[in-house]
Amino acid sequence: MSLREEYARQEAELDDLYKEIILDHYRNPRHRGSLPALSATHEGLNPLCGDEVTVELLVDGNRVTDVAYKGSGCSISQSSASMMTEAINGKPLDEVKRLSEAFTAMMRGEESIDPESLGDLEALSGVRKFPVRVKCATLAWHTLDEALEEAGL
Amino acid sequence: MTLDIQSIRKDFPILERQVYGKPLVYLDNAATSQKPRQVIDALVNYYENYNANIHRAVHCLGEEATAAYEEARAKVAKFINAPSPESIIFTRNTTEAINLVMYTWGRANVREGDEILLTQMEHHSNLIPWQRLAAEKGATVRYIELTDTHTLALDGLENLFDARTRIAAMPHVSNSLGTINPVEKIAAEARRNGTLFLVDGAQGAPHLPVDVQGIDCDFYAFSAHKMLGPTGVGVLYGRAELLEEMEPFLGGGEMIRKVTYEGATWNDLPWKFEAGTPNIADVIAFGAAIDYLDGLGMDNVREHEVQITDYALTRLSQLEGIVMYGPPDPRERGGVVSFNFGDLHPHDIGTVLDHHGVAIRAGHHCTQPLMRTLGVSGTARASFYVYNTTDEVDVLVDALEATRDFFKR
Repeated sequence: MSLREEYARQEAELDDLYKEIILDHYRNPRHRGSLPALSATHEGLNPLCGDEVTVELLVDGNRVTDVAYKGSGCSISQSSASMMTEAINGKPLDEVKRLSEAFTAMMRGEESIDPESLGDLEALSGVRKFPVRVKCATLAWHTLDEALEEAGL
Repeated sequence: MTLDIQSIRKDFPILERQVYGKPLVYLDNAATSQKPRQVIDALVNYYENYNANIHRAVHCLGEEATAAYEEARAKVAKFINAPSPESIIFTRNTTEAINLVMYTWGRANVREGDEILLTQMEHHSNLIPWQRLAAEKGATVRYIELTDTHTLALDGLENLFDARTRIAAMPHVSNSLGTINPVEKIAAEARRNGTLFLVDGAQGAPHLPVDVQGIDCDFYAFSAHKMLGPTGVGVLYGRAELLEEMEPFLGGGEMIRKVTYEGATWNDLPWKFEAGTPNIADVIAFGAAIDYLDGLGMDNVREHEVQITDYALTRLSQLEGIVMYGPPDPRERGGVVSFNFGDLHPHDIGTVLDHHGVAIRAGHHCTQPLMRTLGVSGTARASFYVYNTTDEVDVLVDALEATRDFFKR
């Protein structure tokens, strides 16, 4: 590989981490804030980076009818939270749990998961090349799991 | 004397390498420093030529290894102007050195209602041990606050101590802010008050000329790997009278004199505190690192860092949206520059800089309470050493501009 090709590859890798859709969620977060009424909540921390994400859920029957997140941290942790809210809002709980499992499996690099099946969330698969940042991407989802578990949902 | 930085750089093989196709610009020296060829050679030489266990061997290799190990101790003692090699104890790192004091002196001497005086800028390694001791004994921990320029608020210094203040402990140089603390002045007040004084020298010994007798501290702790030496070696300097009184830390081989089924008596200083086979190879290589620093002269190392920090503060301050922490005067700080840049998160800055070959630290730097005091979740931190150049500062500044543009697109 020529040096020029090497540089192009490295820039592509950085673009792979910070895909346009991720930066869009970072700049224009969806469902950011708090819910007036909620069924489940949890505050997640990533002690390594200091990322913080609080997830709030309103569940009606077996369906997530509203969701919000707040927090602070790097672009990956915050946009992952924003993308998660869009992915789970309005979905039945069992599907939310399936999505969470599939997402963390994708981030662990498990081959049984077809990233394409995760829709927009697939954009975060590039984070796998940056092992220290994987926890940033999974923080919101782990926080969601904890919130559901604590609420017995 | 002005150091010839280009010739120094040639001693560090790693500075030849590229990262993501760019020359490595290593600005994470407060985390760990790089190692010169002389230190690497000392390690290899030990393993190739005289690898043996020390102190008990009756053969040639063992005698050579013992001599080299104890010679390293003498070099360390001289390096920080300790009165004798007996007051130098080798540990794994600064953290273990501080824990040694907490577990031995602290548990025997701190009682309910006593007070431990720290600062708001503690590294977790000089915070968690004391918090644990306080919780165990029912003592309290009090923190010296910061001024607006992130120095210690020492107005009314004498009022910071009271009759129950058993020990005061603080960094010589803050790893997050770069602030150099006036440890001589605080030591004098501690002495007047009958309070022991421990200096966390992890960022001090590598970068400043250190004189533990001049400071008049009771303990001074630091790590080899931040001062051109290998990982796995820390140093605790302690006043010999105190060390004599203290119970051993770990029990086992080497630290004993006579052992029976009923009990044991302890070895002399410093071996009383060095149970088990120590990190022989790395201690010996640390001796080579001390030789290297002595060859440069710590006054010259310090002067170089003042100049490069001055340059970095000037260049970085020209970036719009930059916020820097620590005292503005480079003479009042070590070679550490912490900053935030616009609304970019330090980890995002760190990742993009890495792709420009620039290695910095991003996060809370093991000072979470300090980050809360500063009102930030973390900072980006560039930290310099004797092989860094102003050209590298320029690369950092250019890479920061590129980072801003990357996230703006």
